[in-house]
Formats: sequence, structure tokens, C-alpha cells
Amino acid sequence: MADYKITADSFKPAHIAKEQQEKLGTDNMTFMQDALRRLRHNKMAMISLWIIIAFIVISVLSIWISPSNPNTQHLKWNNLPPKIANWSIPGFRGYGVSAGEKVNVYAQNNVPKNVWFVLGTDSLGRDIFSRILVGTRVSLFIAFMATLFDLTIGVVYGLISGWKGGMVDTVLQRIIEIISSIPNLVVAILMLLVFKPGLTSIIIAIGFTGWVTMARLVRAQTLQIKDQEYVLAARTLGESSVKIAMKHLIPNLSSTIIIQTMFTIPTAIFFEAFLSYIGIGIPSPTASLGTLLSDGQKNFRFLPYQMVYPAIVISVLMISFNLLADGLRDAFDPRTTR
Amino acid sequence: MSKILEVKDLQIDFHTYAGTVHAIRNVSFSLEKGETLAIVGESGSGKSVTLRTLMGLLANNAVVKSGEVIFNGEDVLKKSEKELDAMRGNDIAMIFQDPMTSLDPTMNIGKQVAEPLLLHNKISKKDAMKEAARVLDLVGIPNANNRLKDYPHQFSGGQRQRIVIAIAIINNPQILIADEPTTALDVTIQAQIIDLLKELQTKIDTSIIFITHDLGVVAGIADRVAVMYAGKIIEYGTVDEIFYNPKHPYTWGLLESMPTLETKSDRLYAIPGTPPSLIDPPKGDAFAARNHFALQIDTEQEPPFFQVSPTHAAATWLLHPDAPKVELPPEIKRRQAIWRQMHPEKAGD
Amino acid sequence: MAEEREKLVQVRHLVQTFNPGKKSEVRAIQDVSFDIYRGETLGLVGESGSGKTTTGRAIIRLYKPTSGEILFDGNDIAGLHNGSKQMKEFRREMQMIFQDPYASLNPRMKVKDIIAEGIDIHHLAKDDADRDAQVANLLQLVGLNPDHATRYPHEFSGGQRQRIGIARALAVQPQFIIADEPISALDVSIQAQVVNLLKNIQEQRNLTYLFIAHDLSMVKYISDRIAVMHYGRIVELSTADEVYNHPLHPYTQSLLSAIPIPDPEKQKNA
Repeated sequence: MADYKITADSFKPAHIAKEQQEKLGTDNMTFMQDALRRLRHNKMAMISLWIIIAFIVISVLSIWISPSNPNTQHLKWNNLPPKIANWSIPGFRGYGVSAGEKVNVYAQNNVPKNVWFVLGTDSLGRDIFSRILVGTRVSLFIAFMATLFDLTIGVVYGLISGWKGGMVDTVLQRIIEIISSIPNLVVAILMLLVFKPGLTSIIIAIGFTGWVTMARLVRAQTLQIKDQEYVLAARTLGESSVKIAMKHLIPNLSSTIIIQTMFTIPTAIFFEAFLSYIGIGIPSPTASLGTLLSDGQKNFRFLPYQMVYPAIVISVLMISFNLLADGLRDAFDPRTTR
Repeated sequence: MSKILEVKDLQIDFHTYAGTVHAIRNVSFSLEKGETLAIVGESGSGKSVTLRTLMGLLANNAVVKSGEVIFNGEDVLKKSEKELDAMRGNDIAMIFQDPMTSLDPTMNIGKQVAEPLLLHNKISKKDAMKEAARVLDLVGIPNANNRLKDYPHQFSGGQRQRIVIAIAIINNPQILIADEPTTALDVTIQAQIIDLLKELQTKIDTSIIFITHDLGVVAGIADRVAVMYAGKIIEYGTVDEIFYNPKHPYTWGLLESMPTLETKSDRLYAIPGTPPSLIDPPKGDAFAARNHFALQIDTEQEPPFFQVSPTHAAATWLLHPDAPKVELPPEIKRRQAIWRQMHPEKAGD
Repeated sequence: MAEEREKLVQVRHLVQTFNPGKKSEVRAIQDVSFDIYRGETLGLVGESGSGKTTTGRAIIRLYKPTSGEILFDGNDIAGLHNGSKQMKEFRREMQMIFQDPYASLNPRMKVKDIIAEGIDIHHLAKDDADRDAQVANLLQLVGLNPDHATRYPHEFSGGQRQRIGIARALAVQPQFIIADEPISALDVSIQAQVVNLLKNIQEQRNLTYLFIAHDLSMVKYISDRIAVMHYGRIVELSTADEVYNHPLHPYTQSLLSAIPIPDPEKQKNA
């Protein structure tokens, strides 16, 4: 016992404050802070998040600042390859292949020295870069609308179905089954019978079917949470159903809701692009990533840039949303990963 | 008796975002062949972590800072995953707390009981099933032969725990680890399971480590008891020494707070407060803040083990020769009176 | 003696059947009748599936009883409708303490908002300062530090959480509290703390308890009378001492003999 210092006072009774008995650790992090901390450690998700933010900022700014009008046709300057000023960046020098030889397409078409198109022009001489900006904006708008439907119809529907239970639940679930048994392509085509093709009909189609998965997930979670004792406690205190939903259900559903929204978005973006690609989505001349892909695909062998750039944009957008969604799921529900 | 398992100076940390949790702080104990060792402690005292270490089942964020777990002359902590697989369910088997979640609801019980046998031995399926029926009979499942094809939900809670025990003992393990095996059960069934474990120990000759938060359960089954608090063992001894001649104030508190049918008092004794956070364990004795008998030195220096008898030691400054004599709580006095009757020669302790 | 005392709760022929008429029909409570006198603690003991928790939840009207009467302070509350004015008043009079300290507190709410939930619903605080003061008082009453009010539930131990649950129930100043196995999820060393706390509060506030438990060991310390439930029926109801010393029903006897005795010598002889 050589290491112990024993003094005269050592064996006097100790005086310890009563608060010490109930002392808590220093941990003061809320669930949300904890989840965000985990998200920040996920590199892919953070890169995706920044890419998405960049896309949103650029496409919103492009409402006011755009290199040129996306719908203006310069029939003389059609099919120009990408060129940035007079800099010599490979791939952006304004050269194209004509009859097996590399030629300066800008010079061939007598384009003035001070005119250039970053991502080239299409067969009608429209600036592809400006059109991609518009297309991205359309895609993000669709994403926003799909989120809105998810959060309003999907969450509320799921909450009511799960909370009420019994007959209400049975009826609501049968309705969902009917809705989800109709392929949304069929819904979109039926919309064309009533509305003109365009944003409205696409959004209505998404509004009709897009929220079903969210409703199902929210219902399943609500069924679990409503038997938790803190919800029973709220009921014995006399809390109304609406208040219980706001105070107890939604905060505890928030992770499910956020994650599901992130998975809905790329599906909606792709749905729009697909409809536009097959020609029943956004009508010309308005650009969308789908119509750009469909136009570019016609000349893909000779003028690949017309399809490659819109394809890159839509791929990056979808991958980013999916990676962010994965990252959020891991952040909110650490048990699902290993 | 020979030592079958020896844990030496084990120290385990968990890295969490809030800080490093010092879950196990210098734990040493040993297990003799054929004995039952009870490890008693509150949730968070480190008893389950100790157990997981023995089985090589620590979580990813756990770090073994020091220590050895010697089983059959080999250090479990140094074993590869493959060697651990060969050991688990074969040499060391475990019984979990909740029979509802430790059985697979989609597999019939014959297969579940025979599984460890097929995994660790070269044996035909038919023989394995025969053996499964024999073990199920041993743990008291009536008509076991005809129930091999039944699924877990067709059994009651108590029977399910018997099946879990059957899975654990089918390979005749040298050590059986029981992690709160009765906590999730009704009281009447709890008593049956304890009796079953006692009976099995004599039949299959195994050592048992019994983990629980309830000293009352331990009284009937344990040979030796180790009491854990805040990641440390604070007192160990034979079951009689712990129940009738306890020396650590925490053990006193545990014994006092237990309701007995005879005690007539209106109020129960309760250990005040809550165990400390192990992220930043208090200086000195971790129990000091909740201890009526705390001394100045408890707030400054951690008490070493003071040996009471060759088998009994406690880590409390009250055992220091210079420490003041304290007035024992009535329940402990009553217990010490029994101790003196049992051991008139050691009356001075 | 019983005749002179006022009956606060009278349960008459209570029946609770789930999914009636269906294949999955469960008769959780089959014709249960008992009284609870003002100021006393009635212990309700039974193993899993005995219907004891259902009885508690039916009395506090988390369920709608299939048939029977529940008189609280003379009024039949079995037929009250959710959302009605009488129901809201009744919600203040009767409160519940739950079993699982990990599921009974909303993990996304601060302790002060958990405790003040009832205060908010029944508008019992004049302003925010009054609300905070009431929360601080309640925290002190249950032995926690007032500065714990801004913490989240996950930072507390099981026993501390259970005390937060008690503070929440007390916030609306009820007359009657149903404690639904408040100690069975806690370590034995913490159980005594909660039982003592409940007893102290009962004396201070003249409360009436229905204390539900799955074994007989702790119930004795808090109950004046004990009812033993088995398969949805009450098989024995008597004073605590009678139930302990002269159990009549064989089921009560088996419950008693199953209590683990913390004495190795007695267990060896048994």
C-alpha cells in the first residue's frame, strides 16, 4: 500500500453534496445533432449534399442570369461544338469532325470571334448550356413538388391510417393498394387525355401516385409508436390526437420522413425525364433534361456532346440524391449499418 | 479444484462521440472447475461487457486496453475469429436474457437445438436429432421426442428458456454463461429455471458464470459471488461471506434494499442516487457520492482490495486498520449474527 | 373499518374483450369487481397474461371497457367519450406511471417539456416562469436536480427516468395514480428508491394508488391491501398481511413460494 497517502484527515467522514448523487454525464447532444454529426463524417453524402446545393443555387440564379435565351434559334449557327472563349481547352476549342477531318466548325460557319457556346448548340442553333440550366430547373421543380406531395398527402395519410386503425385503416389501405396497382406511366398517359402534355400533367401524375410509399412507411411507424408508453402517457394526460401527432408522432417519424423524401426525389426526376424522353412530357420548345437527351440522341454518333452533357447532369443529380439519402439513413439509424 | 478461466487485470474502453467510456476498470477474477460464480451489479456496472469479452463478442468501438482472459491456457483476447467460432457454443456457451429473441421463430426447435452439435462435431443429422431430443428431455421439456418439429411460438415462456438452455448445453460446454436468464420471466418460472440450472450443473459437470442484478436470485445457486460497481469488482467472496459477512458499503446497500418476507419495517432501505457516468469516473471511490459511510480519503484515492479471508476481499477504505468503526445497518447486523453462529471461531471478523 | 372509509374507485363487473367475435378474440378481463378506498394503496399482482395491466388501462380509460361500471368519485367513467369535457376533467384526476422507463419518455423532448405536458394541456401555469418553477419543484420532489430540466431522456439512468415519469404524472395534481409495474424494469437496488418515493409522495399529497406488479416481493411494502389476478379474474383480495401470512388461494401460495430469498442458508434448507 505504498502508493497511498494516508493523512490524519483521511478517515474523517466525507462531506459530499447531495447533487453529486444524481450527477449526469456531460453528454448534451440531441438526437438531431448526433445524426448530423454522423452525416458530416460520411464523405460521399457530404460531397453529394454540396453538389445538390450547387445545382439548386445555379439553377435558381439562371432564372435571371443565363448566357443566352434557351429558346432563341440561330439557324445559321446550328450544331456548333463546345467552345470557351478563345482558350485552348481540349474538347472546348470549337473543333468538330467533318468527313473524317478535324475542322474548326466556328470558322466554317463564319461565327464572329466574340461569339461562342460553352456546351455548343443543337440542331436549331440553341445554346445547349442554357437549355441544360432550364432542364435542371424543371427537374428540381419536379423534385420540390414530389417532396411537397410526400410531406402533405403521404405523411398525413399515413398518420391518419396508422393512428385511427380499425375500419379507417382498412379502407385507406385498400385505396393505397388500388392506387399502387396502377403503373404511373398509365396514369401519366391518362392525364394526357384530360390535360395538355406539360408540367401540370406530370405533377398531377406524381401527386396521384408518388406519395404511396411514404404513406405506407409512415403508417407502419405510427402503428409502432402509438403503443409506446409516452404516447399512452400523453393520452392519459388528455392530449388531443392532433397535438399527439405534432408533439410525439412527427418528431419521432422525422428520420423516416426525411430519408424517404430523399429517395422519392430521384424517382420523380427520372419519371419526368423519362416522360419527356418518350415525348409525352414537357413539350417543345421548353427544355427539360429528358427532351435534351431525346434530341441529342438523334445525332449522338456525329455530335456526341449534344447528349453527353445533359446525360452527365441527370446522372450526377440522381447519384447525388441517392448517396445523400443513403448517408441520411445511416446517420439517422446507425443500426442498419454493420 | 483447478482454475478453468482466469481474467487478469482487464481494462476495456468504448469510444463514443461523447467521449471514452471506461466500461471495465481493472477487473480480475477466476473460475474454478465445477463452481458457480455469480457476478452481481446494476445495469452499466460492466457485468455484461465482461461477459462479452469472455465470449469474444465485443462491439466494434470497444478497445481492450490491457488484460488477459486465460481459458484452457490460452488467451481468448488473442484468438482469431475462426478460433473464437470454434470456442463459442462448444467450450463456452451462453444463455441470454430473453427467450423470445434468442430463438429463431422460423426454425423448428429440433433443428435449433441440434445446430451447435452439427456445427462443431462430425455427426449425422439423425444422431444429432436423437441427441437434441435427449437434451430437451434433460431440461424438462415433456414428450420431447414428438416436439422436435414444433416451432418456438408453440411453447410457453418458461419452456422457451428451457430450450435456450438445451441449445447451450448440448455440446457439454466447460463454461456456461447465463446473462440474467430469469429477468424476463415470471416469478414462478424464474424459480424453476434456477432449479434446473442447479440440477444440470451436477448432471453435466460444467462451470457456470451467472450474471444478475438481483442478489436474491443468486443466494440459491452461487458458490462464490463477485459484486461489481462502476466497472470494477468491489467485493468478492463465497456466497456465505457475501451474504452474512459483507464488508463493502455497496454490498450492504444491496442486501438492505432487498425486501424480505420477515422484515417488518415500513420503509425499505434504498441506496440513494444513481451510478456515476463512466465517461468521466469520479476521483477516488466511485461509490463515495452514494455512500453514507464515505470518508475523506474516498473522495481522493481509490481503495485497494483488503483481504478479509483467503477467499474474501473488499475494496473499501473502511477495512483499513486506521479507519473508524462504523455503526452497521440493522439488516447487516442481523446477517453478521448468523455468520457468527455459523463460524464461532471467526467471531472477530 | 371499511364501511366508514370513502370509496374513491369502484370497479363493478368489469369485462374487457379484445377483437370480440373474431378468431383473435381475447378475454383479457372477465368480470372483475373491487373497490379502492381514498388514501390507500391497492396492490394488483399477477403474472404475464393475467390481465392486470389491461385492468389498469381500462380504469384509466386507455381502453373502452366492453361492459361493467367504473365509478370514480361516484361518477361512472366507463362510458365517457374521448374529447368530451368530463373526460378532460377526469384526465386530471387520474394519472398513470408506466412500466418501461425507456419507452415512457419521448426521446425527442426535453425533460421540462415532458414534465410540463400536463401543465400545458390543462393550462395550469400562468406564464413560462411559473411553468419552469413548477417543473423545478417537481424535479426536486422526485429527488432530481432542477438543472436537469433542459436535458434529454437518454442522458438519464432507468431509475432517474422512472422518477421523471412520476413527476409528469404529479404535474396535474391527480388524486389517484395507477402505477403499472413501475419497478419491474429496474435493477433491484433502484426498486426500493422508487417504492419509497411513491410512499413519501402519497403521504405528502394524500394520494390513492393502484400498484400493479408481477410478483409479491415489493408489493407488500407499498400496499394496504392486495388483489391477486389470474387468467383475467381476481382470485384473492385481502389485506397485505393476510395475503402474506395466510394465503388462501393455491395460486397466491405458489407466487409467495417463488419469491427468491436472499439467504443462502434458507435456500439450502428449502
